[in-house]
Amino acid sequence: MKNVQKQKRANKSLPFFFRDEFKVSFVIIFISVALLITTFTFDIVPPILNRGIQPATFPKALLVLIIVMTLLIYYFATKNPWKVQKKLPKSFFLTLLSFFIFVVISKTLDFFLAISALSIFVSYYWGEKRIFYLLLVGIIFPVIVFVFFETILGLRFPPGIITNIYYS
Amino acid sequence: MDNLLLMIAPLFSSKLLLVLFFGTLFGLILGVLPGLGPTTGGALILPFTMTLDPLSAIVLLTSIYCAGTYGGAITAVLINTPGTPAAAATCLDGYPLAQKGEAGRALGMATVSSTVGGIFSVIILVFFAPILAQLAYEFGQPEYFALAIFGLTMLASIGEGSPIKNLIAGAFGILISTVGKDFMTSIDRFTFGINELTEGIGFIPVVVGLFAMSEMLTQSTLINQVFNRIALKAIKLPSKDDYKKTWKTILRSSGIGSFIGVLPAEGGTVASLIGYSEAKRFSKKPEEFGKGSIEGIAGAEAANNAATGGAMVPTLALGIPGSATTAVILTGLIIHGVRPGPDLFREQPDFLYGIFGAMLIANVLFFIFGFFGAKIFARITLVPNKILWPMIFAVSVCGTYSLNQSIIDVWIMLFFGVLGFFMRRYGFSVVPVIIGLILGELVEGTLRQSLVIFDGNWFMFFTRPIALTFFILSLIALAFPLIRAKKIKK
Repeated sequence: MKNVQKQKRANKSLPFFFRDEFKVSFVIIFISVALLITTFTFDIVPPILNRGIQPATFPKALLVLIIVMTLLIYYFATKNPWKVQKKLPKSFFLTLLSFFIFVVISKTLDFFLAISALSIFVSYYWGEKRIFYLLLVGIIFPVIVFVFFETILGLRFPPGIITNIYYS
Repeated sequence: MDNLLLMIAPLFSSKLLLVLFFGTLFGLILGVLPGLGPTTGGALILPFTMTLDPLSAIVLLTSIYCAGTYGGAITAVLINTPGTPAAAATCLDGYPLAQKGEAGRALGMATVSSTVGGIFSVIILVFFAPILAQLAYEFGQPEYFALAIFGLTMLASIGEGSPIKNLIAGAFGILISTVGKDFMTSIDRFTFGINELTEGIGFIPVVVGLFAMSEMLTQSTLINQVFNRIALKAIKLPSKDDYKKTWKTILRSSGIGSFIGVLPAEGGTVASLIGYSEAKRFSKKPEEFGKGSIEGIAGAEAANNAATGGAMVPTLALGIPGSATTAVILTGLIIHGVRPGPDLFREQPDFLYGIFGAMLIANVLFFIFGFFGAKIFARITLVPNKILWPMIFAVSVCGTYSLNQSIIDVWIMLFFGVLGFFMRRYGFSVVPVIIGLILGELVEGTLRQSLVIFDGNWFMFFTRPIALTFFILSLIALAFPLIRAKKIKK
């Protein structure tokens, strides 16, 4: 409890634009406004086909509601600041990077290769240095999963370097 | 009598028994592993259920639900980390009792009270769900709209975390459901010219992303965490003295859990906390709570397992999920083409009573597995995260891809994984997003159809007694956190 109070006090000492509550509220409102603007580009249905309300009305109402509620949480946070979150460790950013690498490899090279690469990368950076276990998570297990999906579920994976060899 | 026969039907189907066996086993393993649990596990298994018939698929998911909820207690007692959020209250007394060298007794009580709570709630489900479904016959579009609004506002009222944040998350979930072609006019909304989005965003990428992938990112921040594990020799059945001390607590918590479960919110987690605090309030020795009280374990465990059957009541009778895991089960029902609601009770009683029976059997099965296998299940926690999570990633990616064979779905899953991580970091629960996504079409559809019926007159909603009741209940649900906060301040 004391720790939470301490974290809250630490947060209060920061300039408002560095505080989590400001950053989070700003991001939500920014995205909501952008989406709200998008709703004005939705087609308008002629009155004869329009059932109840226009297709854009419901999302518009939701976005306005989200903006209003976000302003409310920001208002309450100015009175009762959020506690400062611990800095994210390097392992988090590396895992996030691995997601990005996965998307790039699956798009350009091979879906299966992307799974293997991510598994080895994550396992290694989370502290696994033993070759057997890296092979287990990076090759043996993905092969089992691949065969399971391919044979039992009859799934066809997207084309790529390795999958093309398998399918040919 | 006919219904009873339908309930015991799974016992005579070797396929269903096999599904139940694996579901319970898998659920226990998931419950034991911190960070996984029945919700994430259910989300992971969802794509695989497509190879099963609807009854087997839902039996698999419900057995995972029942066993996974209990499985969390094993980790709570032995390593002071709840395997599932619903087992958080079990840590308070389970671990101190284990530290005193009575881990077997603590787990024995957790197993017995979980089983009693689970069976109690299935009985409630069998009697209460058809009554609720019968009532739902009176519902038209305006009533369903008001009910869905009530379900969403309940999230603010008794869900975990900030009520406003829960409402924002719920509204965001509904917003996701609007992506794609408008179901009434076929006009594109939020598709940004991407063809794959015209069909909307699927449930599975969102569910797997928000639960499994965001948890993987959370685990990446905890890789240096060390657990103090307590060795378990064997589970012991509670003694006569223990039964004497706890039978009232178990029954009370079973009732509380079933009731909390019926309310559309976060089910077991809230139920176990209330069950625990009520056990303390009624105890003759409240000073023992937090130091290894056997009543504390019984109160928390009976309540969280009782919430499983309770949460299935609105899920099956009205199509409104009672908890995070039932939201996943509801997703399973939807992707298998089963529409929950009163018609389901009338048209497919064999399907429904098959689920009820399967839940009953799952409660007996996890008692047997837990009692004889807790020592083995406890060892599962020894699997390091650096091995486990890359494997979960592979299953998540292939599972998500398998549904529509679409790589876009995999990217959507990763996007929601990152989003879910930041939501949880800043105190936004991801459960309302799923519930909002599931209820989104119901909310918008019933609103628009009601407005057609009412000729655009919004005030007509308040002329319908049932709808008006739900709106009043929604207002009470919204006001409840404010009243509670003021009470705490005083």
